[in-house]
Amino acid sequence: MDKSWNNKAWFMVLPMLLLVAFSAVIPLMTVVNYSVQDTFGNNQFFWAGTAWFSDVLSSSRFHDALLRNLAFSGIILLIEVPLGIFIALNMPRRGIGVPFCLVFMSLPLLIPWNVVGTIWQVFGRVDIGLLGYTLNGLGVDYNYVNDPFDAWVTVLVMDVWHWTSLVVLLCYAGLVSIPDAYYQAAKIDGASRFSVFRYIQLPKMNRVLLIAVLLRFMDSFMIYTEPFVVTGGGPGNATTFLSIDLVKTAIGQFDLGPAAAMSLIYFLIILLLSWVFYTVMITNDAKG
Amino acid sequence: MLELDTVSKVSNGEAHISDVSLRLESGSLNVLLGPTLSGKTSLMRIMAGLDRPTRGRVLSDGRDVTGEAVQKRNVAMVYQQFINYPAMTVYENIASPLRIAGADTATIEREVARAAELLRLGPYLQRTPLNLSGGQQQRTALARAIVKKAGLVLLDEPLANLDYKLREELRAELPKIFSESGAIFVYATTEPSEALLLGGRTATLSQGRVTQFGSTIDVFREPVDLVTAQTFSDPPMNLLPMEKRQGLFVKPGMRDIAVPAGLTELADGPCTLGFRPHNLSLRPAPGTTPIPARVMVTEITGSESYVHLIHEDQRWVMLTMGIHDIDADEALEVHLDTQHLLVFDRDGRTVRARTTGA
Amino acid sequence: MARIDLDHIRHAYLPNPSRDEDYALREVHHSWEDGGAYALLGPSGCGKTTLLNIISGLLTPSEGRILFDGRDVTGLQPEERNIAQVFQFPVVYDTMTVADNLAFPLRNRGMAEADVKARVAEVLEMIDLGAIAHRKARGLTADLKQKISLGRGLVRADVNAILFDEPLTVIDPHMKWQLRSQLKLLHRRFGHTMVYVTHDQTEALTFADKVVVMYGGEIVQIGTPQELFERPSHTFVGYFIGSPGMNVLPVALDGARARLGAQSIALPGAAGATEGKRTELGIRPEFIQLGTAGMPVSIRAVEDIGRHKIVRAVIEGHELAIVLAEDSSVPADPHVTFDPAGINIYADDWRVKLGG
Repeated sequence: MDKSWNNKAWFMVLPMLLLVAFSAVIPLMTVVNYSVQDTFGNNQFFWAGTAWFSDVLSSSRFHDALLRNLAFSGIILLIEVPLGIFIALNMPRRGIGVPFCLVFMSLPLLIPWNVVGTIWQVFGRVDIGLLGYTLNGLGVDYNYVNDPFDAWVTVLVMDVWHWTSLVVLLCYAGLVSIPDAYYQAAKIDGASRFSVFRYIQLPKMNRVLLIAVLLRFMDSFMIYTEPFVVTGGGPGNATTFLSIDLVKTAIGQFDLGPAAAMSLIYFLIILLLSWVFYTVMITNDAKG
Repeated sequence: MLELDTVSKVSNGEAHISDVSLRLESGSLNVLLGPTLSGKTSLMRIMAGLDRPTRGRVLSDGRDVTGEAVQKRNVAMVYQQFINYPAMTVYENIASPLRIAGADTATIEREVARAAELLRLGPYLQRTPLNLSGGQQQRTALARAIVKKAGLVLLDEPLANLDYKLREELRAELPKIFSESGAIFVYATTEPSEALLLGGRTATLSQGRVTQFGSTIDVFREPVDLVTAQTFSDPPMNLLPMEKRQGLFVKPGMRDIAVPAGLTELADGPCTLGFRPHNLSLRPAPGTTPIPARVMVTEITGSESYVHLIHEDQRWVMLTMGIHDIDADEALEVHLDTQHLLVFDRDGRTVRARTTGA
Repeated sequence: MARIDLDHIRHAYLPNPSRDEDYALREVHHSWEDGGAYALLGPSGCGKTTLLNIISGLLTPSEGRILFDGRDVTGLQPEERNIAQVFQFPVVYDTMTVADNLAFPLRNRGMAEADVKARVAEVLEMIDLGAIAHRKARGLTADLKQKISLGRGLVRADVNAILFDEPLTVIDPHMKWQLRSQLKLLHRRFGHTMVYVTHDQTEALTFADKVVVMYGGEIVQIGTPQELFERPSHTFVGYFIGSPGMNVLPVALDGARARLGAQSIALPGAAGATEGKRTELGIRPEFIQLGTAGMPVSIRAVEDIGRHKIVRAVIEGHELAIVLAEDSSVPADPHVTFDPAGINIYADDWRVKLGG
């Protein structure tokens, strides 16, 4: 005797569907179209089949950029997650310090990407930047324009500065939801500071940590603006991540076919890795 | 009148409600009694229209309202948590359903005053809910449900978070408030004593099924089966497995008990006797039979004592008048009043519940 | 196990208390015996949780001292007081197994692993959790989680006291009976000093040897369940304990008789000096006989609550609750008599002794 649902509701979704079609589906199809064709200008296209895909997948330039991406995301997660947890644990849970800390923590998140890039670009300059100038003044040979290692450090520190707050705020939200009784019980049970963290705080932060890790992974894997502004992918190709490489290929060299194939592969990699992350962490969660 | 016609609710492959049919009359007070997770809240959500049943129909005054959204139905709900608008005064909280309905100022003033008087909220009308005690907050939520003049008022364990004595007071007031409006009231609770104090009609729930529905005192006195009897017992019902052999209940180590007259339907073989704590006593009386038991622990409530007993593998509770501080592990004989027995057959169905006043 | 001395304790949450009303807990000066089972009973806001937190060390009292076996522990942290506490809502370590949860307080104190195992096994058996000892605590029902909390409270044999803060709030009625009797049994067996906070009179009376009734930040009576029932020293105790509570009727005293409107009631003895005070007669519904002799009453309602009936009557314009046995009925021309043994007299809410 089931009555059917009111299907009129679907009409309400129609404008949104059209919008998504124009903004995402059609461009995506265009990219797919480019990826299997070759052009020599004049709007003439030739069928290229999977040639671009095999080219991209076998090119060492792509491999290097991919490795850089993986290394970057890995290092970012290794620094930002523990650091974020550590800061969240040490934030006050009540009192006048709370709003102050929260605002302070949110500040970096409010700054646009390219502004962050510009800030650090200037901050690290050897000639006029406070950081670069001071370090050199102290005898540290720091120059992100010439030294690949310095360039990496700059980009990493910049990302940590920009995004650790996100992890902090998510963890903090998890922490404040723990009732006082848990801490009191742990005190009475004679638990050490580490036990409290390991058996009360960490389990309660589990879910928000999953979200934090996922967000930070996806974001860092797609990083573009900040290194582009600061280092422009250099020195050499030292900080040329997939996204920067992609833009170089598409706009710099105007190789539309390879660029299209590359962006599809890039897209699939992100999708796959995010899915693996999510599945692994969800299963762990269910088991724990 | 609200009618549930063989309603079932399955979600994620789990049956929350199975084949529930109920008829709730206008102006009636209906108690849903069952332990946590027995399906009380699920059933209320279906009644309210918050959830759509997987199978079955919901009829309101004969009209099929299955799947009709809650906004279209005239329903009020009060929850275990005290839910009020924190930024509004008590007055505005109570007035809110009237304002939404577009009532004029005079009506609002009259209705709020009436509800406030009924729930004794008069002195607090200009306060905000956060400056009230738990009892006053819940009264505010109740008052809001009352002014809404809903045809169906659903109360989901509304007193569970209140102090014992406050609960007692509100519980006494609620039936009066109910009887003044013509609405159908549905009241969910886990506590048998609360159902008894509220009166009205009771539906006992167990694992998503309604095991019995009838006038509260009848369901208590004459449960149709063992599950209902256990659901509607606090302290838990005492059970004694025995074997029926012709006119006698027999068990090794115990005196035979005569099968009450008129129990013709019961076949010979294993069966279960059920009795309530006050049907056991320390001293023999006419119509009692002695049973050996061991004392686990004694609880004294002031005028009475609850003696927790072990009889073979059964845990029993005996309620006796007066203070009896019996030592733990003491073996003794308790005396069972055989006039007030419930007899369950091997399938757990009541063979004959005693008649009132017997 | 320890004796607990509360030495002139007062507590205010406000910084500079000056008047009595400023104190959430007014003067408490008592000694609680080693191995006793005490219940702190009262409505919300009566100060019972404040007092519990002072005993556990979560709160330092504004004034006074608290001693465990004569040792001043007023300034000590909860973990330094060697106590156990069970909270209102289950506190379990989700990622640990049930057995590890119980072992946690023991391991934290460096007990040898073999002893831990033995003690945990013993407690698991006591609280009937042996079957799920190796399940993760996450995903268990509230009932079971609270059992684990209880178990963790009981696992250390050497604690000074075990404190319970409304531990049965989240438990279904059937389970309450089991857990309550189990607690009582464990108390009998191990003799821990136990302090149990609740607003539920049944829980308090059935659990405790001595019930501490609190009202408005004060202890109004400490007594056995029987004393509280038969001789409430304050009308609040009479009202709060028993359901329905004690009937309190305004009377005028005249030697060994009390006048209630046109009625005159014989008292067991004459009250002392009550001049200028508001005098009331307290009688519990259980001590009133409904019959055809005595004082006339009119019946307003009869509530059948299964085990017995509650008769709501009116005597001389005052409400009167009467408890009637299951199988009895209300006579056509109802009259009541008060059992003299159940009569108490109050002057300005406090009980006065009735002399011979």
